[in-house]
Amino acid sequence: MLRIEHISKQFDSGTTALADVSLRVQPAEIVALVGASGCGKSTLLRIVAGLDAPSAGRVFINDEPLAGPNAAVGVVFQEPRLMPWLTVRENVRFGLADLAQAEQNARTDAVLERVGLTNFAQAVPRQLSGGMAQRVAIARALVAQPALLLLDEPFSALDPFTKMDLQEHLLHIWAYDRPTLLLVTHDLEEALVLADRIVVLRGHPGHIHEMVRVELPRPRRRTDAVFQAYKQRLLDALDVRAAVAV
Amino acid sequence: MAEVTTSLFAPATRPAPVAAPVRQVPTQRPTAQPRSPRRWGWLTGAILPVALLVLWEVLARLGVLRANLLPAPSKVLATIVELARTGELWGHIGITLVRVALGFVLGGALATVLGAATGYSRRLFHLLDPLLQGVRNIPSLAWVPLFILWMGIYETSKVVLIAVGVFFPVYLNLMNGVQGVDRKLVEVGRVHRLSGWQLVRRVFLPATLPAYLVGLRSGLGLGWMFVVAAEIMGANKGLGFLLVDGQMTGRPQTILASILLFAVLGQLTDAGLAALSRYLLRWQDTHGQESNG
Ligand SMILES: Nc1ncnc2c1ncn2[C@@H]1O[C@H](COP(=O)(O)OP(=O)(O)OP(=O)(O)O)[C@@H](O)[C@H]1O
Ligand SMILES: [Mg+2]
Repeated sequence: MLRIEHISKQFDSGTTALADVSLRVQPAEIVALVGASGCGKSTLLRIVAGLDAPSAGRVFINDEPLAGPNAAVGVVFQEPRLMPWLTVRENVRFGLADLAQAEQNARTDAVLERVGLTNFAQAVPRQLSGGMAQRVAIARALVAQPALLLLDEPFSALDPFTKMDLQEHLLHIWAYDRPTLLLVTHDLEEALVLADRIVVLRGHPGHIHEMVRVELPRPRRRTDAVFQAYKQRLLDALDVRAAVAV
Repeated sequence: MAEVTTSLFAPATRPAPVAAPVRQVPTQRPTAQPRSPRRWGWLTGAILPVALLVLWEVLARLGVLRANLLPAPSKVLATIVELARTGELWGHIGITLVRVALGFVLGGALATVLGAATGYSRRLFHLLDPLLQGVRNIPSLAWVPLFILWMGIYETSKVVLIAVGVFFPVYLNLMNGVQGVDRKLVEVGRVHRLSGWQLVRRVFLPATLPAYLVGLRSGLGLGWMFVVAAEIMGANKGLGFLLVDGQMTGRPQTILASILLFAVLGQLTDAGLAALSRYLLRWQDTHGQESNG
């Protein structure tokens, strides 16, 4: 579904953020990217989103080479990035442009229903809590029914309860039409709750250090011994044993 | 938060939580609650002006203030009433309003085009902005002799002078506004593959509106300032003409009447723009929002 081939990225400033990253993602697969701060996770996601061009290498989506933002790709940023002058409903509709009005309305209502915000359709962003705003952002990314959804630390600004709630929620929404998910996160538990596969990036410039397939049935329990064993393995892979108190 | 914790742990004895009641009335602004403090604020603000007026009137009637320099407020009002009765007043107000309006539209329109262009395009910014900033540093009234020489003493030179006054605040605010549009929101537009014009209409325009409206308001203020200058430099009609006329004929009440009318008209047009701003920017989440009546 998604093929990343030998991507490198050097910024004009001279920083090399990524070195020769290759990755294949299957349809409906959920892949998490983890790695220390500054190892190029966001950079990789922005390249796949078509917002930045790689210095070398290519990206294919459904075997089509990627050139700029793509209709098949939805993006959720770390911040909700809602248009403050639009209502929740209009913000979600922002994700739809070239469809007939009736179709736009139907899809918007459906996706608002799925993220549980039907009652807030007429609210404006300043009236929303952080978690609700991020749900709107997810709805906006989903309304065009992308085959690939990119999420860059989508829940990192939220409190632990809202975060866990939204992780559940994301899986629930994902089950509806099962888009491919590529998710950047700092939170190993988040990666373990959501992902089929976890890609560990390391170093400056960032490269793929290890891939871990998570063979745990869903729903996954954080307290489970196997879950914790996976977590330890990721910590080892990231080489942060000393820095993190488990 | 409430959703997560209560659905899991709420004991049966605790009253059922109401789901976010405050946020359920998003389209209506609260009207009843902030009213009374605002009215008190208004009353507080009126104390000093009213006291001064009363003092002025009393001193004038007692003859402490010389009537040929500072006539009583009642006499100023009577002058306005008299002007209105003869019908002369409406002609003066009308022509002044027309001049301000024409200058405002002309200067505002030009500033809108240039401000949007230099804000949006780096290249145009580097091409045009140094020139415009240079021109801005010329005190605008210095243009007066040249404009009169070029366009005569009649309407054109007046309107152009007012337009020059309106131009710069609108231009500067709009340019800064466009340049300051949040890159993150622009990226959202790009992710959704908005074309150039769609991006302008759906992201840049609304995001720039607050700065633009500020520019329009200060532009209008300068427009009123410059209409005075334009009418003083030579006119046979208009509120500025009344100023000169009052001076020539030694009637301070006419001058004060004109000043009062300028104040009222300036305030009214600004209040109109302010109301328009509040309406257009009702989505804004700012500190002064509720009290900035
Ligand atoms: N626009 C840019 N110009 C220059 N350098 C950049 C730019 N964006 C990122 N970088 C650099 O590229 C490297 C990778 O940045 P990136 O944002 O991808 O890291 P990250 O893994 O997402 O980090 P974090 O976990 O903190 O979000 C960093 O060294 C950063 O300084
Ligand atoms: Mg990042």
